[in-house]
Order: sequence, then structure tokens, then C-alpha cells
Amino acid sequence: MRQARFASVWRRGLSAAWPICLGYLPIGMALGVLGQKAGLHPLAIGFMSLIVFAGSSQFIAVSMISSGIPALTIVLTTLVVNLRHLLMSSALAIPFRGRSRRLLTLFAYGVTDESFAVNYPRLLDGNWQIEHALVVNHAANLTWIASTIIGGYGGQYIPEGAFGIDYALIAMFICLLIFQLRGRVYLFTALVAGVLAVGLSLVLPGNWHIIAGSMIAATIGTIIKRRHMRSPL
Amino acid sequence: MMPFWPEYAFMIVGMGIVTYLPRWLPLILLSRRQLPEWLVDWLDFIPVAILSALLAPLLLTSGPVPHLDIGRAELFAALPTFGVAFLTRSLGGTVLAGMLAFWLIQIYWLG
Repeated sequence: MRQARFASVWRRGLSAAWPICLGYLPIGMALGVLGQKAGLHPLAIGFMSLIVFAGSSQFIAVSMISSGIPALTIVLTTLVVNLRHLLMSSALAIPFRGRSRRLLTLFAYGVTDESFAVNYPRLLDGNWQIEHALVVNHAANLTWIASTIIGGYGGQYIPEGAFGIDYALIAMFICLLIFQLRGRVYLFTALVAGVLAVGLSLVLPGNWHIIAGSMIAATIGTIIKRRHMRSPL
Repeated sequence: MMPFWPEYAFMIVGMGIVTYLPRWLPLILLSRRQLPEWLVDWLDFIPVAILSALLAPLLLTSGPVPHLDIGRAELFAALPTFGVAFLTRSLGGTVLAGMLAFWLIQIYWLG
């Protein structure tokens, strides 16, 4: 019985995780190639993927390393780029209310844009436990680490853009966005966030457009929702 | 190589700490207390807002210094991808359909 549940956790976790893994493969390999060009050993790139596990800030770090920017600047940039995870972990705290600190500490390591987007709607539906979410996080993490190392060793021999694989993560975000449109207020919030993020990306440095755009849009969505509750149309 | 190994290792550990803390602190702090209703509502809008804020610039801007660009293969491929996602509600199916659309557009249209 226990064993059957264990197998089912793995099966369901992995069947939710494979689109992330598919999407990480080309991006991780591209990072490995760039890292190697910046003079990093493939295993040093893998070490970064293991300890940091945050794609966009790793790309930025590699490019800063190759232009000889000091380590402290790279660390501070990483902090700023990854501040958006504050928002995701805050949202996840609600379905994970009262879970053990030990599991949450393990889970926190794997919070990424992609795992968050896959886990969060399933957690809301119920029928998805922290164990399933951990399988998703770690499958994505292992794929990421492995693909960055593979890229470092031989990524330059693999043809670029084969089978449209570079589009896997964008397509995943599109589908997960559709899943999140649970009513007109959510659709409106998404439109506001998209317009703001595009506009702000033209003027703000780094990833601030994601943080600012989504916080403002969520605030507008909340105001509309609470107005409607007081005076239902 | 980076100047020498220990400096690289220190930098990675520093990057790891500043990446881990924003992932860990809210989970530990917010999962232990009753949150006000407005905050729960606000956090409920965060996923849809973040997904849209991540996605829209990928479809509508290009360049290292971003500028508006509505002629990208990413945007054209998004139209059938949205359609497949809406009709099938299948994540795997949408990912494969999106990859196919993007691949075909790159080869036959913009190629």
C-alpha cells in the first residue's frame, strides 16, 4: 500500500515535470557552452547549477565573469534578479500552511518560475501534496544540472534550434497562463501585468519589470475583486 | 578559469545564499500564521500576474537592450499555442504543439 503510494507520487510528479525538463535541456546546454567559452570547467558550471539553480541569474553571472566583473557585484546582481522568488514563495506559503519546516526548507531550494507555475495550480486543486511538488522540483533540478554540464563538455556540437525545442518553456508558460485564467478578473489582471511588464522592460534594468508589473497587476486585481464582493454586480 | 578556484567557490556560495533566502524566508514565515484576507487575495493574483509578466516581454520585445518588436517568430507561434492550450488544456500537448509551430515558422516563413 505504502509502496503503491510511493510509486504513484513519483509517476504523477514526473508526468507533471517532463515539460520543464524538455525546456531546460536546450537552455542548460546553452549555458554550459557559454560557461566553457568564459573559461569555466564544465564541472564548475555544474557546481554553480547545483548551488544556485536559477537560470537567468546564471546566464548573467557567466557573462559578467567573462567580462571580469568583481564577484561581489555578481552576487548582488544575483540577489536582485532572484527577488521575484519572494513573491512565488509567499504565494506557495498558503497551500503549504502548517507543513513541516524540514520539508519546506527542502522545497524552497527548488522554487523556480517553472516549478512554481507547474505546482501552484495543482496545489490549489488539492490532490497534490508537497511530496509531488518535491518530485517536480528535483526532476527539474537534476535535468538542469546535467544539461549545463553536458553543454560544457559538448554543447557546441549540437545543432541550434532543432525541433523548435527553444520554444518549450514559452509554450509551457502559455499553457500555464491559460490554466490560471479562472475568471474575468484573472484575465484582466493578466492583461494588465503583460502590458506593464512589456512597458517597464523597455525602461527598467534587469528583471524589475517582472516584479513591478506583477505586483501592480495583482494589486489592481485584488482591488477589483474586493469591490465586487462588497457590491456584487 | 576564473582567477582561481577558491574565489569562484566563494562567489558561487554567495550567489547560492542570496538565491535561497528569497525562496525560503516567505515559506517559513508565512506558512505559520493566519494571514489577513486581503493578503491572501493578493497572493492569489500573483501567479497569473507573474506568468503574464514573464511571458509578454518574451513575445513582444527583442534585443539585449529591449525594444518593442511585434514581428517575432515567438509571437506568431504563440497564436496556435494559445489555441491548443485553450482547447486541449494539456500541458504536454501544448508544449509539443508550440515547439512544432515555432520550428515550422522558423523554417518556412522567417527562414
